[in-house]
Amino acid sequence: MGLPVYIISRIMNYLLVIFVAVTLCFVIPRVTGSSPIETVINRLTAYGEYYDPITLQGIIESLKELYGLKGSLWEQYITFLKRLFTLDLGPSLTEFPTPVSVLINRSLPWTIGLLSITTLISWLFAIFIGGIAGYFEESKIAKFLTGFSIVVHNIPYYILGLCFILLFSYLIPLFPAGGGYSVGTELTFSIRSILDVLYHAILPALSLIIVSYGGGFIIMRGLSITTKNEEYTKFAEIMHLNKNTILYKYIIRNSLLPQVTGLAISLGNIFTGSLALEVVFSYPGLGSLLYRALITSDYNLIMGITIYSIFAITTSLLILDFIYPFIDPRIRYR
Amino acid sequence: MKDNIKYIKAFMKYIWRDKSFFIGLIMLTVFMMLAFVVSFLSPYDPRRWNTAPRERPPSWEYPLGTTTLGQNLFWLLTWALRNSLIIGFSGSLIGLIIGSILGFIAGHKGGIIDRIISNIADIFIAIPILMLIILIGSLIKTQLNITTLGVLFGVLTWSMPVRNVRSMILSLREQEFTYTDIFSGLNLLEIVYRHYLPFVIPWISMAAINRIFWAIGTEVTLAIFGLSAIDEATLGTMLYWALKYQALLRGLYWWVLTPTITLVLLFLSLYLISVGLNTYLNPKARLQRMIGGK
Repeated sequence: MGLPVYIISRIMNYLLVIFVAVTLCFVIPRVTGSSPIETVINRLTAYGEYYDPITLQGIIESLKELYGLKGSLWEQYITFLKRLFTLDLGPSLTEFPTPVSVLINRSLPWTIGLLSITTLISWLFAIFIGGIAGYFEESKIAKFLTGFSIVVHNIPYYILGLCFILLFSYLIPLFPAGGGYSVGTELTFSIRSILDVLYHAILPALSLIIVSYGGGFIIMRGLSITTKNEEYTKFAEIMHLNKNTILYKYIIRNSLLPQVTGLAISLGNIFTGSLALEVVFSYPGLGSLLYRALITSDYNLIMGITIYSIFAITTSLLILDFIYPFIDPRIRYR
Repeated sequence: MKDNIKYIKAFMKYIWRDKSFFIGLIMLTVFMMLAFVVSFLSPYDPRRWNTAPRERPPSWEYPLGTTTLGQNLFWLLTWALRNSLIIGFSGSLIGLIIGSILGFIAGHKGGIIDRIISNIADIFIAIPILMLIILIGSLIKTQLNITTLGVLFGVLTWSMPVRNVRSMILSLREQEFTYTDIFSGLNLLEIVYRHYLPFVIPWISMAAINRIFWAIGTEVTLAIFGLSAIDEATLGTMLYWALKYQALLRGLYWWVLTPTITLVLLFLSLYLISVGLNTYLNPKARLQRMIGGK
């Protein structure tokens, strides 16, 4: 199988997954039988305001238009797909005329920035420290690191985040307890502003890095120990190759691949975990936006965030798959 | 029967030797006792408000303190553990059973049925399930309870075991004993029970534990977004109410720390058990034990 075939089949699969996921997003609200229109009407009348039936009918009609609930199921589905294709997800209900996509685009950079940087850092740390710890399996430091990782890697991000807030914001007030930048300041491209953003990102980033580092470390250590006992590594040792060469060229290089696969498998969990972490830190990313949408039952916004997230996760998986052949020393696509 | 007792004895011996497995098992036993025995001793429904004085720090009378709502955290914790474990078990087992059955069918029948099942499963594995769960949760917010959460988690994760079980069955199908079974006219159920299950059960038990993890963790994640069974006591909703009443800001540490530490310890115990089981069931380690263990 050549490289073009691999790329094409992978892209086909990617499109198919997105299509099925989007169709599920269309089907689910209709199966659960909950109507977003009812929610909106309930909220309108909950404040004690009175609407005469004709006005109410008008509101319902315009809401149906808005949510794409007009016509038969098939027509609704076509409008739904058409709207997605043009990235028109409708207006947000709580901030009425603002389109959902504008709100999401405003908070998406925060999430992607935080997530990609922390994933990269924790990944590199896990690979090198895990690889070395596996090679020097018996040393005290390696054993301590292993114990630490075992305890840490199962903790959900937001739980560790809570512990950090408790420790470093209230008991020892070093870092801010939440937010993405200081209240009352404008975000500009000045050094001061960037430092402020980084300062606010330290605690959430640290929670993400430590937990993902722990998970990566454990897998990497195991792989490293297995590779250490392989024949070719033994042979390299007999040849009296440099220890560094053995460690980097033999052990870490060959353990990289399962790490990429592991990252791909856990990506969805990492993403939603980080959304919850944002809620705990009230970090201005997609998670906080989702939280706000959920408490105000902003149906359009929830749907928009779901579809964006599905799109983001599957696309990252696709990218990871394309990186795959470059990392694997054994696979050559010609 | 005699064989079973022998296996159980060997297993007990192994547990005794593997210290971290042993510790994990003890921790889980304590949690199970709290959840399924101690919780029934509660003198009142701990979910009810104002059954205890408000915001008391841990003391002899209230071992884990009380909440702003006047709930005794100790009794609340036992109920929360019970519900969280029920969600974990049901969420784990439902999906595992559906997925394994489909895996059995796909692997055993082969051909077009196999291709259909495994292709659909592949697509569903790649879909970010948690986002779908959040979407569903937001739509049926009012109907969320312990049962619906468990069923939801179970049904939506059906695709995970299909591939693994299928590939195991594919290799088992080519074994001689399977051919003997087929030629002697046994039906699928009998073959599965007699010859497939014993080979697949180790993997299934590992997967079950990992899925319990996932289900309990997901419930907490959902609860942070306010999408769990808010009125029930679970580890997630305990955290939800604590965050909602700004327990951290107001220095009510025990309220946040009780579910937090419990979750960390519960996850740790499950992890230790899963690692211990893995090494116990791993054929290489088994062989080593048989050679060196005499």
